[in-house]
Amino acid sequence: MTEYAYIIALLPALSFVLIVFFLRFKEFLAAGFSIAMIVIGWILSIVVLAETLGRGGEAYEGFFHITSFASLNFEFGILVDPLTAMMLIVVTTVASCVQIYSIGYMKGDPRFSRFFAYLSLFCFSMLGLVLANNFFMIFIFWELVGLTSYLLIGFWFEKKVAADAGKKAFITTRIGDLGFIIGLLMIATYTGTFNYGEVFSRVAGGAIPAGALTVALVFLFGGAIGKSAQFPLHVWLPDAMEGPTPVSALIHAATMVVAGVYLVARAMPIFSGSAEASLVVATIGIITSLLAASIGLVQNDIKRVLAYSTVSQLGYMIMALGLYGHDTALGHHSPGYYAGTFHLMTHAFFKGLLFLGAGSVIHAVHTNDIQEMGGLAPKMKTTALTFMIASLSIAGIFPFAGFWSKDEIVAAASYHPVFLVLTLAVAFMTAFYMWRLCFLTFFGKPRDQHRFDHAHESPRVMTWPLVFLAVLSVVAGWVGLPWLSQGFASFVFHGEAYHPHANWLLMAISTVVAVAGIGLAWLIYYKKKISADRLAERFRPIYTLLYNKYYFDELYDLIIVRPVLAFATFMWSFDNWVIDGLVNGIAKLTILWSDLKLWFDTWIVDGAVNGAGWIVQQGSALLRFVQAGAVQFYALFLLVAMVLLALVKFEVVMVTVDWPVLSVIMLAGIALLVLVSRTAHRAGPAEATADTGSVGVEKEE
Amino acid sequence: MEAQLPPYSIKMMLPELFLFVWALVVITFDLLTRRKSGSAVGYLAMLGLVICGGILSITGYGRGFGMMFINDPVAVFFKVIFLGAAFMAIGSSFGITNRKIVNHRGEYFGLILLSTVGMMFLASSQELLSLYIGLELTTIPLFVLAGFFKDDRKSVESGIKYMIMGALSSALLLYGISFLYGLSGTTDIVQMKINLAVTQLANEGDIGVILILATVTILAGIGFKLALPPFHQWAPDVYEGSPTPIAAFLSVGSKAAGIVAFVKIMMLGLEAFYDPVMKPNDWGILVGVLAIAAMVWGNVAAVRQSNIKRMLAFSSIAQAGYIMIGMVAMNQYGLAAVGFYTFVYMFANMGAFAIVTVVEDQTGSCKISSYAGLSRTSPFLSAALAVFLLSLAGIPPLAGFFAKYYVFAAAIAMAGSSNGHTWLYWLVGVGLLTTVFALYYYANVIKTAYFAREASPYRLRPLRPALLVIAIGLLGVLIFGVVPETIVDFARDLPYYIAH
Repeated sequence: MTEYAYIIALLPALSFVLIVFFLRFKEFLAAGFSIAMIVIGWILSIVVLAETLGRGGEAYEGFFHITSFASLNFEFGILVDPLTAMMLIVVTTVASCVQIYSIGYMKGDPRFSRFFAYLSLFCFSMLGLVLANNFFMIFIFWELVGLTSYLLIGFWFEKKVAADAGKKAFITTRIGDLGFIIGLLMIATYTGTFNYGEVFSRVAGGAIPAGALTVALVFLFGGAIGKSAQFPLHVWLPDAMEGPTPVSALIHAATMVVAGVYLVARAMPIFSGSAEASLVVATIGIITSLLAASIGLVQNDIKRVLAYSTVSQLGYMIMALGLYGHDTALGHHSPGYYAGTFHLMTHAFFKGLLFLGAGSVIHAVHTNDIQEMGGLAPKMKTTALTFMIASLSIAGIFPFAGFWSKDEIVAAASYHPVFLVLTLAVAFMTAFYMWRLCFLTFFGKPRDQHRFDHAHESPRVMTWPLVFLAVLSVVAGWVGLPWLSQGFASFVFHGEAYHPHANWLLMAISTVVAVAGIGLAWLIYYKKKISADRLAERFRPIYTLLYNKYYFDELYDLIIVRPVLAFATFMWSFDNWVIDGLVNGIAKLTILWSDLKLWFDTWIVDGAVNGAGWIVQQGSALLRFVQAGAVQFYALFLLVAMVLLALVKFEVVMVTVDWPVLSVIMLAGIALLVLVSRTAHRAGPAEATADTGSVGVEKEE
Repeated sequence: MEAQLPPYSIKMMLPELFLFVWALVVITFDLLTRRKSGSAVGYLAMLGLVICGGILSITGYGRGFGMMFINDPVAVFFKVIFLGAAFMAIGSSFGITNRKIVNHRGEYFGLILLSTVGMMFLASSQELLSLYIGLELTTIPLFVLAGFFKDDRKSVESGIKYMIMGALSSALLLYGISFLYGLSGTTDIVQMKINLAVTQLANEGDIGVILILATVTILAGIGFKLALPPFHQWAPDVYEGSPTPIAAFLSVGSKAAGIVAFVKIMMLGLEAFYDPVMKPNDWGILVGVLAIAAMVWGNVAAVRQSNIKRMLAFSSIAQAGYIMIGMVAMNQYGLAAVGFYTFVYMFANMGAFAIVTVVEDQTGSCKISSYAGLSRTSPFLSAALAVFLLSLAGIPPLAGFFAKYYVFAAAIAMAGSSNGHTWLYWLVGVGLLTTVFALYYYANVIKTAYFAREASPYRLRPLRPALLVIAIGLLGVLIFGVVPETIVDFARDLPYYIAH
């Protein structure tokens, strides 16, 4: 199956084409086909994973030769190694759940089929991105997922915020992509290839000077910054929540946004060759993580809290990978690579679940504001239970999946005191804001009785995916238990396999931190021992700063959007001024002119009118000649063109060819022209238009 | 040794002879049934083409008639294209023959077959006069076919227009041939090539400017067939007026005939004068300029058309430009690319025209606006049309993409291979640029069919033969898009055979 792994990507492409062309008005079939394709893809992914495990994690690289012609090869390639196999599972699992869930969530939407078409297109692009064996293909699919993300964020384009959010996401990530392509071209120029394996071996062989490598990697990382919403390009992801919630779950939590992490993991052989670049990666990661987690503390939109949580967790993964690259470059062992990719997987499951759960809640109460919710647990048992499982998982409570992966990230950071402290701080904040969300949503008294009364559990088609993901949010972490001799760490690794060992101290610390976070949330939002309002009042400046997301949007507005707009306005007003001035000036001149000499004026106008009339007459005569009896004109045109061609040939050789021949040719050409034009005239222009010009009348050439 | 009469080997000519007889059979059959043959006569004609293809496949390669007639892979390759184009043209004609020309079905199908015979002769001729006669055999039935709707002024006008322009271009071609004969003293193309080289050597590299006249007049004559600007102006008018399947046949079969004529005279006979070094007698850059003119003119003019037949006419003008890029990439890849291009162009263009015919039969209109909302009532035909147009535009993974890819690859290889051919980069650049225009107007039709607010009031019901044609076109476009190697492996050898 591994040889045919590209089929996994092609299945959703097939459903995209079929839905667009044939099933646009057959909603049931469209959704059914789309789901069938991705589920088959999921099964095939499991087979691929099993085969990869069977090969002992050995990479398979297949070239799909299309054609070679004129010594140019046209081929695609796929690379199936443990990282790819894992990503295939992650993408198809979450995509299957999300698509099934969408049947319920998108029910009644006028563009129901189109939604599934877009989802299928996204799955194709994302799977293609994962399967690519070279940087060129990954870039193409990278742009394709960006495009589908844009389409899906703005899916409800009637809402201006949604359309704007789509644009913002597209433009912001494009800034990162500019870096990506610069880095890519630098690497390709030095190594002369796009193929992963060749690039890695040539870089290892010293194809790129150290300084240039660092620069190229930082540029390359720019792509990851954009796609994975890292500081300072993180601003698009929270806005992207304007898209339908299943989209947020699939694209903006579980799959597309981890493409940046995947890119860093994929390019780890070269990142681990530059300690500086890797340190940049790690630093960006932890800054993002801290920033986003702190913003998440005070937000009231359920999806935005989750969005900041996503940004924060992505920062975690990026940091882990960066630290791994840094440590490896300096010759130390580090669990970072395994921790980052492991967390990527577990996070996909529990964050996908959180979003789908949030969607279920929104579906029930028709608001995103957690201040208007409360007490929903008895009414929505499945949703509440699964949501809390996911919250425990992300908070890092034993034995949920998040515990094991987060623990490895903490372990990776443990060699760097500053990183360790910040990582634990993020862990604390994560536990706090997630449980703040849980308590405010599912417990306590309903704060909006009307909404509460109308709340109801979502249909089964929506809750089953929740349950499925909830199971994964618990057990997915067990593949990476530190006691396993053949666990995740000995499957997905770079260089030498890392052998994790249970670090009881770290486990204890991180558990304490997580429990402390949950406990604080419990005190504030469940027991109400501490008043949230008074806290906010006491720390008013900090609260305001966090509530306004560190004013990033305002800052960008001030330093980028405004200046651009101002420049545009300036150009407009300049334009306006100049045109106004011109118009006014001309008006004045005209008055002056008419005042000056009347007779001169009359004379000029008369002359102009007569002149114009003469030109029109001549022109129409010419046109009539062209139109009349189109055939004659065509013949003339053909001959003249031919003579011209001959003349051109002769002109080129004017110096070498004897003049008499040339003159004869020219004379012949002119004679021919005259002859044909006379024939055309004799046909009678006026009659010809009426008789033979019927096609000519409609001619639009 | 005694002088031997050249072998006649009439066996070589068997497919042509068969098809000729079959055309007469078709006409007679229609008469014998007192014009009540119904669809049977059309099926009979299609059957004849299939049998002819079978005969062609067992005829084998060889020469006959004093080297005037040659059956080499190049000839066979293009004969397959001619047969395919005729098959698809006849298949999409049933709607017309059932309704509009009930009393002349036999002649209609018979003339298509006769024109095909002419094309096949042309592909096999290795000699200027037989080549000319093949060209005339091709064209004269087409004059009649273009004006086949006797009561439709547009159709009659297009027939007459085509005839006048065709006669003029034939005269020019013949004029050019006479120059070549005068220069070389022979009409055998291979011999002519040798004689020209000898003459040139004898004149110390200066063969005389008369060759320029020969080149230019021949280019005008063949350019007319190919609808290559500036010799293209008849095409939109004639396509618009003539029955739609005939327009399709003109745009594929007749164009392929022009390509063969070009291959025979320019690529084979005047091969030595391709290189810009041969100034002023070189023709490479000249044809390159015509190719640029075709791509620019065709694509730009197509953007503004509201009639789909005119749009496809201009699109076919542009396609000829892309084909010419392959022609002037005179390396071992050029002709292979041209062969592949023509082959897949046949599927896409005949398929698109078949759908246009169906729509015209049903709605009575060729306006692009009459395609609005068709995707809702006729999803299959709309999807097929989209596939054909996207293939013409060169979107992967359809066959049209690889057609363009090969042509550009051949040109790039030539431009990079030796000095003095960097001008080919310009052709590739213009080709890539104009592809964008092309995408615009092709996509415009798709947009009309798919993104109309209202569903179309028409529900298309294509006849079975038309469906067959569309299915063949789809298969061709899709299969050769996924596995282009199948045809390219065959086409790859063409340049070798033309050189020997």
